[in-house]
Amino acid sequence: MSAMDYTPAEIMVAAAAREIRDGEAVFVGMRLPLLAFCLAKSTHAPGAVGVFENGVLRDLPAEGPIITMGDTPNQCRALKTTDLAEVMTLLSGGHVDLGFIGGAQVDIHGNVNTHRVATPEGFIRLPGSGGGADIACLAHRLLIIMQHQPHRLVARVDFITSPGYGPTPGWRAEQGLVRGGPSALITSLGVFRFPAGRALLCHIHPGVDLEELRRRTGWELEVSPELETTAAPTAQELAIIRKFDPHGLWTA
Amino acid sequence: MQRYGNDKVMELGPAVSRLVAPGMSIALGCSLEGFIPYGAAHEIIRQGIDRLTLVGPISNICVDQLIGAGLVRRVIAAWVGNVSTGSGYNFRRAVEQGRPRPLEVIDHSNFSITLALEAGARGLPMAVSRSPLGSDIIKDNPHFQVFSCPHSGQRLLAIKAVNPDLAIIHVQRADRLGNGQAWGALGFAALAAQAASKVLLTCEEIVDSEVIRADPDRTVVPGMLVDAVVELPWGAHPAPVQGYYDLDGEHYLEYSRRTKSAADAADWLEQWVFSVAGRAEYLEKLGRGRMERLRVSHPAPTGSVEFGW
Repeated sequence: MSAMDYTPAEIMVAAAAREIRDGEAVFVGMRLPLLAFCLAKSTHAPGAVGVFENGVLRDLPAEGPIITMGDTPNQCRALKTTDLAEVMTLLSGGHVDLGFIGGAQVDIHGNVNTHRVATPEGFIRLPGSGGGADIACLAHRLLIIMQHQPHRLVARVDFITSPGYGPTPGWRAEQGLVRGGPSALITSLGVFRFPAGRALLCHIHPGVDLEELRRRTGWELEVSPELETTAAPTAQELAIIRKFDPHGLWTA
Repeated sequence: MQRYGNDKVMELGPAVSRLVAPGMSIALGCSLEGFIPYGAAHEIIRQGIDRLTLVGPISNICVDQLIGAGLVRRVIAAWVGNVSTGSGYNFRRAVEQGRPRPLEVIDHSNFSITLALEAGARGLPMAVSRSPLGSDIIKDNPHFQVFSCPHSGQRLLAIKAVNPDLAIIHVQRADRLGNGQAWGALGFAALAAQAASKVLLTCEEIVDSEVIRADPDRTVVPGMLVDAVVELPWGAHPAPVQGYYDLDGEHYLEYSRRTKSAADAADWLEQWVFSVAGRAEYLEKLGRGRMERLRVSHPAPTGSVEFGW
């Protein structure tokens, strides 16, 4: 399959889905993370369960189209509808294996900013944390999903909403965080991992030029000696993604 | 107190006049995307009750509308915007430019604001959490103090309790005594009602108390906490209410398009809030066809259980 047969968002969804293991509890966000969860459920991780922060636990994809996690099809046939305190208790107690977040900026340590971005004229106020900071603090593994643009992958985020690894080894533990941290940063151009608390490019998407990726990265790019090409989404994966996003609302 | 035992049913206008006053702190939109009490919020806007502090988790455009109307001086929340599209433009203008008036934001995460209300509900001064340690949310934020656990020595956060003056909660049904029943994902509606000094309940339907007693598991807000209950069908539109109507995505998209400038945002408020006397006129404007499209199209009645003795 050539690089023209899928969109950047679709390979991001496919790469994100591969991070979900069968039987895991996954703190699911909307848009690409939701599609990744639906794809994983439909392929290699049928036993995964989704935790939604408004208070929904479900192990089946919603049967109708949804825009937010509060939409009625996302609650119908759930395993449990409950409250925010209960899902956050599951997260705080270490019962959530994996959580997804996106944001406006990410830095080499995997810190994510969804609060404010400096501009030449002043700043742009973004909506804030939602549950993002909680997921980054408390989930066993964190997946960050973001468009690969130089103003998004920055040397230093303007505001740490959701903490990553920090500037020194042991930084998370010093803060009082007992687990977790970014497991992968999935962008429209590649996949980074954080073996020493710093983003290391481990996969580059098919057809992407490494120098172009470097130019679009706001920090001094570190590349794994074993850099691999990301597996393109299969026809089956694409069919599933398009079933759950039939109008390309999130993946076009 | 003596809040129980009386008939609490009121019309929306008088209920808002009686329970909402300038300078109050109000928890609303407590269930994240669902059950947002837009009907009650629009009445607050029409009555022009100002200098409010709003408390919420992920807070959708209901909060953005109150800010755009110039009625809010402080927000204590985890997120303010348009859940369908991202930014809330009235919120941005208020924070970035002080228009229509400056807005103080006390940032939280969804968990920390939940815990703040839980502490408040229990009459305690603080809650304890690890999250959001390591986040800039806790820097220079009056609601967070790092402390060392006296038992374990662990580094933890002391989160200041939040006790709103009023919680406005929308539910599917309530009886005249104010026992409110809701089903679906509830966010922190129950905690907000427990933490607040007063509670205004709006509901899709007023039902007989026997309906409540037949299914006590579903009571989310007991009438002993409630000061007024208002029957307000479609009172949460464009937010979803399980079993009644789904999210109106078109409405959120239109709001995003039409609030990018302050002038457009004022036009939007004029069309959907100031130029309608109440929820009935609002629904006329919305139109029957649109409402029909949002109604339940895939019925799924729950099973019933034996609750006898």
